[in-house]
Amino acid sequence: MGSRTLLVNGGTYEVDAPVGRSLAQWLREDIGLTGTKIACNEGHCGACTVQVDGVPILSCITLVHRVDGEVATIEGLRDHPLVDAFVRADALQCGFCTPGQIVSAAALVAANPSPSAEEIRHSMAGNLCRCGAYPKIEEAISTWQG
Amino acid sequence: MARLIRTEKEVEGRYTEQWVVVDEDALEQWPAGPRETVGRPAPRRDGALRARGEARYTADIRLPGMLHAAVLRSPFARARVRELDTRMAERAPGVRAVLGPGVDPLTDEPSYQGAPVAAVAADTYEQARAALALLEVEWEELEPLLDPEEAVRRNELVEEPNRHERGDVERGLAEADVVVEAEYRTQTVVHNSMETHQSVCEWEGGDHLTVYISTQFLWGVRRRVAEHFGLPQDRVRVVCEFMGGGFGSKNGPGDYTYIGAELARRAGRPVKCMLTRREENLDAGNRNATIQRLRVGARSDGTLTALDGEFVNSTGWDGWLASTGGPMRMLYACENVRTVEYGAKLNTPPMAAFRAPGFVEGTFGLECLMDELAAKLDLDPLELRRRNHTEHDAMDERPFSSKQLLECYRRAEPHWERRDEVRASSDGTWKRGVGLASQVWYGGGGPPSYAWVRVGADARVTVVTAMQDIGTGSATAMAQIAAEELGLPLERVEVSLGDTARGPYATISAGSSTIPSMGPAVRSAAADAARQILEIAAQRYGRDESTLSLKDGRIVSTEGGSWPLDEVTGLLESGQILGKGSRGPNPAGMRVLTFGVQVAEVAVDVETGEIRVEKIAAVHDVGRVINPLGASSQVEGGIIQGLGHTLSEERLVDPATGTILTQTLDAYKLPTIADVPVIVTDLVDEPDAHLTNLGSKGLGEPPIVPTSAAIANAIRDATGADVRSLPISREEMLRALREARERRRDEVGAPTA
Repeated sequence: MGSRTLLVNGGTYEVDAPVGRSLAQWLREDIGLTGTKIACNEGHCGACTVQVDGVPILSCITLVHRVDGEVATIEGLRDHPLVDAFVRADALQCGFCTPGQIVSAAALVAANPSPSAEEIRHSMAGNLCRCGAYPKIEEAISTWQG
Repeated sequence: MARLIRTEKEVEGRYTEQWVVVDEDALEQWPAGPRETVGRPAPRRDGALRARGEARYTADIRLPGMLHAAVLRSPFARARVRELDTRMAERAPGVRAVLGPGVDPLTDEPSYQGAPVAAVAADTYEQARAALALLEVEWEELEPLLDPEEAVRRNELVEEPNRHERGDVERGLAEADVVVEAEYRTQTVVHNSMETHQSVCEWEGGDHLTVYISTQFLWGVRRRVAEHFGLPQDRVRVVCEFMGGGFGSKNGPGDYTYIGAELARRAGRPVKCMLTRREENLDAGNRNATIQRLRVGARSDGTLTALDGEFVNSTGWDGWLASTGGPMRMLYACENVRTVEYGAKLNTPPMAAFRAPGFVEGTFGLECLMDELAAKLDLDPLELRRRNHTEHDAMDERPFSSKQLLECYRRAEPHWERRDEVRASSDGTWKRGVGLASQVWYGGGGPPSYAWVRVGADARVTVVTAMQDIGTGSATAMAQIAAEELGLPLERVEVSLGDTARGPYATISAGSSTIPSMGPAVRSAAADAARQILEIAAQRYGRDESTLSLKDGRIVSTEGGSWPLDEVTGLLESGQILGKGSRGPNPAGMRVLTFGVQVAEVAVDVETGEIRVEKIAAVHDVGRVINPLGASSQVEGGIIQGLGHTLSEERLVDPATGTILTQTLDAYKLPTIADVPVIVTDLVDEPDAHLTNLGSKGLGEPPIVPTSAAIANAIRDATGADVRSLPISREEMLRALREARERRRDEVGAPTA
């Protein structure tokens, strides 16, 4: 396979991975961005959510060689006001699903800065949280602009 | 002075007597109500690390040379391995070690689907999985035992039945004006923590082992791993700085750690052994299913005359007898009570503690039964509960260290009084109603637990203890307690935890015990540091020590004068003040319990059986609240898990083969953000005057205990239907509605006097 590069959080990375490698695995193991979590590894829970050209996708069921666009992970969104909003509202407990929650929420508020409760519930229903931080996730997303 | 005491130790409702050494616990409790820092909302200290994806979980640990393990698990509920040929697997690319049956805990007679049989460590996880496929196994499939009632008949039990009897139940039933009898069933549910069970094991010098593990109990892992490998405990170091959820399932090392450590020993390289989500749904524990045959007798004024319960837990191949009969024995004043609990040993995956094990299941049965009784007596369900309130432990007459259940009931009234309004808002086929359920559970914590408090020259403070914060926010609460005692702003306090090589012994984070066990130790360590600071200040400023105290980052004298704290600590340059503290004993002769009540509002579509939970109000007595923000998160999380337990979650077993049909998160339905009702949290926040220097009880478990029963009772209020089986699927809802319609028809057809 010829040399191929991907843009991740504004930086260029060479994709030197075997066929079949998932984007999540490549991010975590090959380029060391462990903020993206793998919790089910089969596209059911949303913990591995990253954005490709601003669109949230499940990186655990996306092949790295099929990615066509700029990838944004939690590491690229660390200064997003949503991070503070989540901490302020106590919208996380164990925190394992939180990077995925914030990446999904960032895509939501980019498209719709003042989502209604219904819109938040619709957009975020693919991100499971076993600790049940949901009421405060809703609060964090409703108050992210401070 | 160190004191040796004999004390009763309780974890998850299981009591043992043990010796502990404690230092004097002589501090007076702070007055009730919010203090400078304690009792005020504080965002969690490590929130940003977790939210920014910087927190390092076990899943993120990658050591140089680390291998990956994959485990061959039995595809059958019961089988025998006639032959296992590992030669092909051993020669596969990347493979560094292979283990087969005979190496504990690998077995050639797997007794549930998912039981570990063989394991491989390879350079990559993919290679390890590929090598598993090269293991040549000749299985002999055997007939599994899957029916819990059959297991009880055959006396196939995990332990002796637990029998309790007080008074005379038959006489109590004979004296009753009304007897209600019903059978309730609860399903098996799976913890499904977001971070699956996993560890990374690394040997050094052949006799030192470091275990990075997602755990609720660093010290328990240390002890059990040391025992397993015949090592002195101090040669096992256990690390868990951030942990992705456990809910009771991560109290021990687990088979995966023994397997990973043995592979690492043989390969001479670190090994990560991580369960996949599917393995998590097989062999990571569960809340076992129950069958509960219950009877209650009462006089027409509602006074209970008898409670009688037979409980069959589907414990699985291994585990322990969770106390499903506990609520029946403990919640109400009743002289005549009989419970018998059986733990059926089945060819299904072993249970594990799951957030108030036994009591969640038993409260569903008991509190539904109480409402069925209230309906029969035509009594207000809240009034029925008040009339049977007990002022002392109903089991052995011990006084409670504190009990604010009547205050919880009082605070629940505004929610309860909405019944008429809520019912009147029924609309077409959507019927609305309100229900409630009471809660009793343990949560007092206990010794031993230790903490150190380190004050540097810059007057910054680090609380050092080898406890774990499993996502409950307990680290933040510890910082608040130390800040309060030292009169410092919260941002001056750090917490160092998660490593047995770095701090002293700390409690298990299970049984709602972290804050009630660790909090008093941290306060006592901070007080020790404060005493030393004041001793030094008294010498530096020529004052009597008794006139000095710490406040707002300053040393203040009652004789006038105040000095910044760092002026005194600054004298130390690179020196440090070290405070040491321990958890004192629980009050002798008293019962420490948590109490509460929840009120649910539901809507039921009587045509389709669809259920929507619209609101849950939770009022709990957990003693002093350290962090109201984190506490409300715990309450919401417990209720949402309870909601899943009530409406959607169920591990399904194929009754023909004993294999698990729900191994993925599309088949096993966890609640999502779209399922969450309005949740109102109200904590009584009255310190337990007899319990430690803090007066705090635990909060992790109480909120999940009454949720299912409150919802089921609201469904009865809305529709008249008695739902008696969890989850309340549409099928169960429609069955209960049909039964209620038939009952009404019979009553109309044949009126009784």
